[in-house]
Amino acid sequence: MKKQLTFVLNGKKISVEAEADTLLLDLLRETLGLTGTKRGCGEGECGACTVLVNGETVNSCIYPAWKAEHSELLTVEGLGDRENPHPLQEAFLEQGAVQCGFCTPGMLVSAYGLLQKTPTPGTEEIKSALAGNLCRCTGYKKIIAAVKAASLKISQP
Amino acid sequence: MYRAYYRPKSVAEALALLQEGGGRARVLAGGTDLMLQLKKGELSCDAVVDISGVKDLRYIREEGGRLYIGALSTHTDLAESALLEKEAPLLAAAARSVGSLQIRNVGTVGGNVVNAQPAADTAVPLMALKAVATIVSPAGVRQVFLDDLYRPEGGVKLDPTCELLTEFSFVSPRAAGAGAAFGRVARRRALALPVFNTAVLLVPGAGRAFLTEARIVMGPVARLPLRARQGERVLLEQGAGEEIFLQAAAAASLEAAPRDSVFRGSARYRKKLARVIVYRTLLQAWENACSRVD
Repeated sequence: MKKQLTFVLNGKKISVEAEADTLLLDLLRETLGLTGTKRGCGEGECGACTVLVNGETVNSCIYPAWKAEHSELLTVEGLGDRENPHPLQEAFLEQGAVQCGFCTPGMLVSAYGLLQKTPTPGTEEIKSALAGNLCRCTGYKKIIAAVKAASLKISQP
Repeated sequence: MYRAYYRPKSVAEALALLQEGGGRARVLAGGTDLMLQLKKGELSCDAVVDISGVKDLRYIREEGGRLYIGALSTHTDLAESALLEKEAPLLAAAARSVGSLQIRNVGTVGGNVVNAQPAADTAVPLMALKAVATIVSPAGVRQVFLDDLYRPEGGVKLDPTCELLTEFSFVSPRAAGAGAAFGRVARRRALALPVFNTAVLLVPGAGRAFLTEARIVMGPVARLPLRARQGERVLLEQGAGEEIFLQAAAAASLEAAPRDSVFRGSARYRKKLARVIVYRTLLQAWENACSRVD
């Protein structure tokens, strides 16, 4: 069973065909070529595949693509690019919050989701929002510092 | 994994699709458990009936001292509900302890109960609160106390290929002048399954001299969230107080039958843990009951 799914992806309305049992992660990476979203554990534990669905963070590796129909999706590609990076992306680079980089897209999307709801979060709020994003390199300190720096950059430009 | 995916808009439509599936269609709400089970091949089905689009199954409301929670309410809905924080904060606290934000945003309270993990963090307080589940099937609507929903061998008496759990309801502990609390120990403060969790409900009688109702529920120390009936009996016979809570907690820990687990610790350790955490949770619940303005 195939279906033409319509949704808003990174601000653009798109339509794409998907099998009934396609996972959102596979639709993004394989069909749409948006490989910023990473496949980590594949079991909804590590958060490398985090995307926003209607403003809420979800693990796309266990999220059926058909469930996302008519939703608004945001992947890391929707945050910014090399020419126009998002303040979060800038802060991650400036603070050295990236080592191997595999968790970074998920971290950025979770942090973005947090800042949409809580523009100037405290350390505990940041930790809580990022608890579902595992990083095996950095020890998290610089990631938390980067989210704080970005929140200041956005709220006091 | 499966050939068809449906997104019904109503309970009636969902039931019809399940019936069409003839036992090979399964209900999916958030899918945070089911998708994993399907991916790993632990379960199989031909069709998925995604009920997340069904209107009117996602709410938390109060009416006449009773709380009603739609089965599609997410853990985030529960965790952030001001009403729940006021009326039954133990359930909001339990919901906050589930998984990560990504899981809480998607996973539902109905799914948490139906999937029937013995440590399901929201099921333990719901059972302590004497929650009633509303279940809709082609034969009609029935209401079941959570106590009676579980099978002794594990799992729930609900067929996910033809029935839907639509609502939980329970008396607000605040409205009843009761004290309730949730206790939990896990290996980390976030993103960790409970090594032990418990929820208790204490309903004081006149002048708080005795208890008219006492409930202690523990997980994961059996195949289902476990009522500590001996512990409850101590409380009903003797009332409230630190010494009595110690005795009740000791009785409860004797009833707990945890298994040795590489992830959760030895059975011996967890029985000791049960005594300590049930005791602390009883103290907390009693404090909550006594801090109410009469």
